[in-house]
Amino acid sequence: MKQPSLSPSRRSASAYQSRLNRTGSPFRMRAVPIASVLFASMLPSLLPVISTQPLLPPLGLMMFLSWRLMRPGIWPIWVGLPFGLFDDIFSGQPMGSAALIWSLSMLALEIIDSRAIWRDHMQDWLLAAILIILALLAGLFFVSLAHNSAGAEILIPQAVLSILLFPLIMRLCARLDGWRLAT
Amino acid sequence: MAPPSTRRLGYSRKAQYSLFAVYVLAIAGALLAALLLMLSVIDPRGYNALKTAGDEVTAPISRFLNSVRQTTNDLGENTSAYFDAASKNAALKKQVEASRNLLNEAAALKIENDRLRALLGLLRSDEDGGGLTGGVIARLITSSSTSSRNIAVASRGSNAGIAAGQAVRGPEGLIGRVLSTGPTTSRILLVTDADNVVPVMRAKDGVPAFATGLANGELEIRPINLGINPFKVGDIIVTSGNGGLYAPNIPVGRVSEVMRGGAKARPLAEPARTPYIVTLPVYRPSAVSALENGGDEPGSKADTNTEAEAGSNAQARE
Repeated sequence: MKQPSLSPSRRSASAYQSRLNRTGSPFRMRAVPIASVLFASMLPSLLPVISTQPLLPPLGLMMFLSWRLMRPGIWPIWVGLPFGLFDDIFSGQPMGSAALIWSLSMLALEIIDSRAIWRDHMQDWLLAAILIILALLAGLFFVSLAHNSAGAEILIPQAVLSILLFPLIMRLCARLDGWRLAT
Repeated sequence: MAPPSTRRLGYSRKAQYSLFAVYVLAIAGALLAALLLMLSVIDPRGYNALKTAGDEVTAPISRFLNSVRQTTNDLGENTSAYFDAASKNAALKKQVEASRNLLNEAAALKIENDRLRALLGLLRSDEDGGGLTGGVIARLITSSSTSSRNIAVASRGSNAGIAAGQAVRGPEGLIGRVLSTGPTTSRILLVTDADNVVPVMRAKDGVPAFATGLANGELEIRPINLGINPFKVGDIIVTSGNGGLYAPNIPVGRVSEVMRGGAKARPLAEPARTPYIVTLPVYRPSAVSALENGGDEPGSKADTNTEAEAGSNAQARE
């Protein structure tokens, strides 16, 4: 027996059925921030850049800070340890260096968040700039514990580049955030 | 305005305890990281396996991207070469003339140098640094460009016969030495790393010195004889072969600036523009193993000290 054909209004409703009242994928919601930080940590060792001085910004740390500043509470506070350890595998720093720096910056941001009255983009940028500079200095210090090391002035180009690039990373983060929460 | 009260958890014990637990976990995480850092400061070689594994994972992609980079580089150079071929040809002819004269001079100097060294009892009959015997040809595919360390990754590893401690050179000169190897990749400590100490001498007259990286792409040359500073801008620095790790006469750098108590030099080999590198076997394995009986990593402070001692011993023997 022949199925009665749908009325025009029914048909258009069914065409939109798949786009209405959907829920986002919980997997994507959780995985996108994590994957983006891990990828940013690996990126400098994927790029064929052979430099004889620190030049590329610490992309993993910047991505990590952007997510944390944009979405406070997205990760538990202890998350600096696993992310930092992953970064240490690829960065060439002594193992544990990024793990310690990222854990401490997570704690510092938590304390600042509990004190701060309001937040805006410029303030986020300033916070990130301070944290990046401190992280680069600490990284150099940790290298100098294990090996002979150079003076802090070699970090200037890298620090300037990182601070100028940070808003771009935040934009990228915001795009990813929109995509991960889209239904 | 008062601080936000969202952190006040009210009287829920459960919420208070769980927040407290998260803080404890975070601080414990930081302490664990500090402990790991301490371990890797004490034994810098301890995590090499993990880092090598990381390189092995990223190597296929960086290999591909590197080949793309080199192709586009070649394309750009070929195109620009096409446009100024005639003027370049004339300039090159002039340059060839000039370098032929220099080459003759250098040959004469080499003969004289060999004679003087023979007189001093320093001549080593086995080989000189230019040879490729037992070498493995590879490419540099990526480097630790975010860290203040200068570690590059080469495209071949222990499967091809590369071993830790070998010297690495490019067509123009010394690149560094092998820090650790994986099956298909190896980590190379570049000469520009602050941790890499190379026993060198001035090519012209064999004035002994040490070259240390400044981590900004330059080298610091420190003469072993303190007090007098014999270097002049333009001097060519080559390896001296002291310490047994590097073969003698591998070009290292050209002096660019004379400082108090030493000189700054630009490395002759630019790792970023060197398409291929060659690993050279350890020059005198017996000397190196005698120095390394403490079992120190060839990148740790202890090792650079022993190398420095070896250099000064060699100096004392002279």
